[in-house]
Amino acid sequence: MSKIHVTTTVNGDAAEFLTDPGTTLLDGLRDHLGLTGSKEGCGSGDCGACSIIVDGRLVCACLMLAAEAEGRRIETIEGMAQGSELHPLQQKFLEHAALQCGFCTPGLLVAAKALLDTNPDPTEEETRYWLAGNLCRCTGYDKVIRAVLDAAAVLRQERRAA
Amino acid sequence: MSDVLDRPDAKPGFTSVGTRPIRPDGFDKVTGKAAYGADLVMPGMLHGRIKRSPLAHARILGIDARKALALPGVKAVVTGADFPDFAAEILEGGEAASNTRDMAVNIIARDKVLYDGHCVAAVAAISPAIAEAALELIEVAYEPLPHVIDVEAAMAPDAPVLHDHLFTEGVEPRPTLPSNIAKRHEFVRGDVGAALAEAEVTVVGRYTTKAVHQGYIEPHACVASMSADGQGYVWSSSQGHFMVRTYCAKVLGLEISDLRVTPAEIGGGFGGKTVVYLEPLALALSRASGAPVKMVMSRDEVFRATGPTSGGVIEVKLGARPDGTIIAADVTLKFQAGAFPGSPVGAACMTAIACYDIPNFSVVGWDVVTNSPKVAAYRAPGAPIAAFGVESAMDELARKLGMDPIVLRAKNGARNGVKASYGPTFANIGFLETLDAIKQHPNYVIPLGPNQGRGVAAGFWFNVGGESTAAVHLGEDGTATVVTGNPDIGGSRASMAIMAAEVLGVSVDRVRPMIADTASIGYSMLTGGSRTTFATGMAVVQAAEKVVAELKTRAAKIWDVPVEEVEWAAGQAVCLAKPDVRPLTLRGLAGQSARTGGPISAEVSLNAQGAGPGFAVHLCDVEVDPETGHVTVLRYLAAQDVGRAIHPAYVEGQMQGGAAQGVGWALNEEYIFDAEGRMENAGFLDYRVPVASDLPMIDTVMIEVPNPRHPYGAKGVGEAPIVPPLAAVANAVRAAIGVRMPDLPLSPPKIRAAIDAKGA
Repeated sequence: MSKIHVTTTVNGDAAEFLTDPGTTLLDGLRDHLGLTGSKEGCGSGDCGACSIIVDGRLVCACLMLAAEAEGRRIETIEGMAQGSELHPLQQKFLEHAALQCGFCTPGLLVAAKALLDTNPDPTEEETRYWLAGNLCRCTGYDKVIRAVLDAAAVLRQERRAA
Repeated sequence: MSDVLDRPDAKPGFTSVGTRPIRPDGFDKVTGKAAYGADLVMPGMLHGRIKRSPLAHARILGIDARKALALPGVKAVVTGADFPDFAAEILEGGEAASNTRDMAVNIIARDKVLYDGHCVAAVAAISPAIAEAALELIEVAYEPLPHVIDVEAAMAPDAPVLHDHLFTEGVEPRPTLPSNIAKRHEFVRGDVGAALAEAEVTVVGRYTTKAVHQGYIEPHACVASMSADGQGYVWSSSQGHFMVRTYCAKVLGLEISDLRVTPAEIGGGFGGKTVVYLEPLALALSRASGAPVKMVMSRDEVFRATGPTSGGVIEVKLGARPDGTIIAADVTLKFQAGAFPGSPVGAACMTAIACYDIPNFSVVGWDVVTNSPKVAAYRAPGAPIAAFGVESAMDELARKLGMDPIVLRAKNGARNGVKASYGPTFANIGFLETLDAIKQHPNYVIPLGPNQGRGVAAGFWFNVGGESTAAVHLGEDGTATVVTGNPDIGGSRASMAIMAAEVLGVSVDRVRPMIADTASIGYSMLTGGSRTTFATGMAVVQAAEKVVAELKTRAAKIWDVPVEEVEWAAGQAVCLAKPDVRPLTLRGLAGQSARTGGPISAEVSLNAQGAGPGFAVHLCDVEVDPETGHVTVLRYLAAQDVGRAIHPAYVEGQMQGGAAQGVGWALNEEYIFDAEGRMENAGFLDYRVPVASDLPMIDTVMIEVPNPRHPYGAKGVGEAPIVPPLAAVANAVRAAIGVRMPDLPLSPPKIRAAIDAKGA
């Protein structure tokens, strides 16, 4: 079985790798590019731990093939902070203690960023429904939702100041 | 409300305890850097996969792996025959005692498979795809046997018997025939029969729960490497790497010192990672192939082959005086253990009526093996199941008496000096205060609309102490490294850092907490039983105190005064003999440690006793849609006696997380088996854990009745909050629809049927 050559953009940088046709994008990111921040909790698109943004759209990396990354623009958790400066969502997750084990956290952060990218002022209900595809078994979501709403407020303020 | 950052200041008398610093491991966890079980890559690593039984119960007639071994890229296949046989032995390594022989046979089947998903062989290959293909080439010949999963069916005299050597313990005379009933537990006080006959008001109920899974989002994963000289290395996600070392050594017949285990970050456990499944297989495959082997379970495997907790039947009779004084409780618990003995029915018996002071009771429990995955600990093992029955019955009793449910519970509630139903005498408990916190909370009197109902329930968990080790090392710049042997499952690094900072008198950011591998720190029992902040925290405090004692000695040396003339205050040594001498800071003393006697560090190993029990009371408001039977949780309030909250945000997090898991247990979650005994819903789509849109904010009230046996008063907090929610939700649904729903989960079809039956 011959491999497929994939050229793509990950977190702003050009990336290329060889992959089997059946390899998921999640395995491509983790095994071919060493980006293990995206997690596999189910492999069936039910838990959201592998949430990434592809061409501006939130997807589960386990439901895409690595070969489908060709020519796409991919954002993962590894690209969320700017150097050592955390994204406001990351900062607010820490301040609100919105993670316990931390395994669902990369996916939740990416999904929350996709929400705030398009809806800078979501209600609690909108946030809860948007994040309904990201399972967290530790927190009961309370502090997660508060962190996202707080980060949204910070981002709105930053935009106004800019 | 549980607003974060609402109490930024430390508690009176403390500088760090009670504050909410950002967790030390947080940055790595929000940036994707933290390495979990599946994130390690070793050079030359192979990939392991498991061949699992498609049958619920069968005799293995033969396993032929020749075709698999002939597949290019396959490096090793192991079966039960590759593992040593040994006599049964009970090891106290986990949250509950484990029979190591049963564990070995659960890890890989010998002569029989006992449930759908039971491992029969494992293969290692150069890629996951080749390993997967090799599984298809392993031929297993089975003789199918009749199976049984329902707990009462498994207890019947004509039930298919799982183990020919299993004779019921705890009954007289000893049975002459084997059965599926592993053990009978009994706790009795007074004369329950006479008291029930005498009671003016009685309630009788029969309640059932289904097997539910811990549902950690990270599947089990490990990498193992066995060298030709017999030295083994394991990297794995577990609740205790010393537990992994102990069990792997036992299952493989190795010396403990030949194994080193490094704890990966753990992506949730809730009790389910207190046993091993993959690690011994990966070590065996590595031994056979000579290469490191990575094994990662799929979600399907996690559901089919790792520990759920028991489904159970709970029968309850309560007898009371007209004024609400409960004089009798008769409780029978029947629990599925899964394929091997060891359901949490013993703990369920001990906790069932622990919230109350009842003069006459009988609590009897039955541990029953069934053709389903062997249960593993799940957060307050057994207690939520028992509490579902007892707290539902308490609700019915309050209704019959016309009493407020909190008043009824407070009237009979456990208080200091009461001899607990399971033996000890309660001291320094805060159950009544916790009940009162709910009663005083605004949520208790918010008016309810049509189809809405309010439910209250209480819960108890012992909390445990046990063996822990901690070390504190000072750097020459005056910073401190705190080393423990307990995986951080929910923020415990932060509380370790807080406690060390409190003793040393430095700010929390000058303390770096680490979790060391099994070769780098003394033995510690696993993270479970709500023991870590209490027991390991105690070791941290004592190690830090030793460091302070050494710092005082060094200062005394520098000042040339007796050490009794040196006091440690606010992170510096003060000379009592010479008040005008400038104090020596920790930084200053650490910087000159080479000249005053060498490095400053201390390690403490202990076996902590005196964990304070935890009580939780929850209040839940629901709305039931009469058209669909769907239950919406409108409001949720959790109150708990936490001893003293070291890091309050993570204490709230435990309370909220436990409540959410309990709501899932009550409303959605269950193992569903088909007629052949195969699990039908082994995935997160069909086994539905609560999602963000299923839940409201979860309000918390922390009651602080300090535990005098801990330096800062901490009690375990992780487990009590999953005990009340099953009944709190069910009692709220009862109030909303006017019908008692005794069988969990309260799924929409069941509620619709109950509403229809009521209307008919």
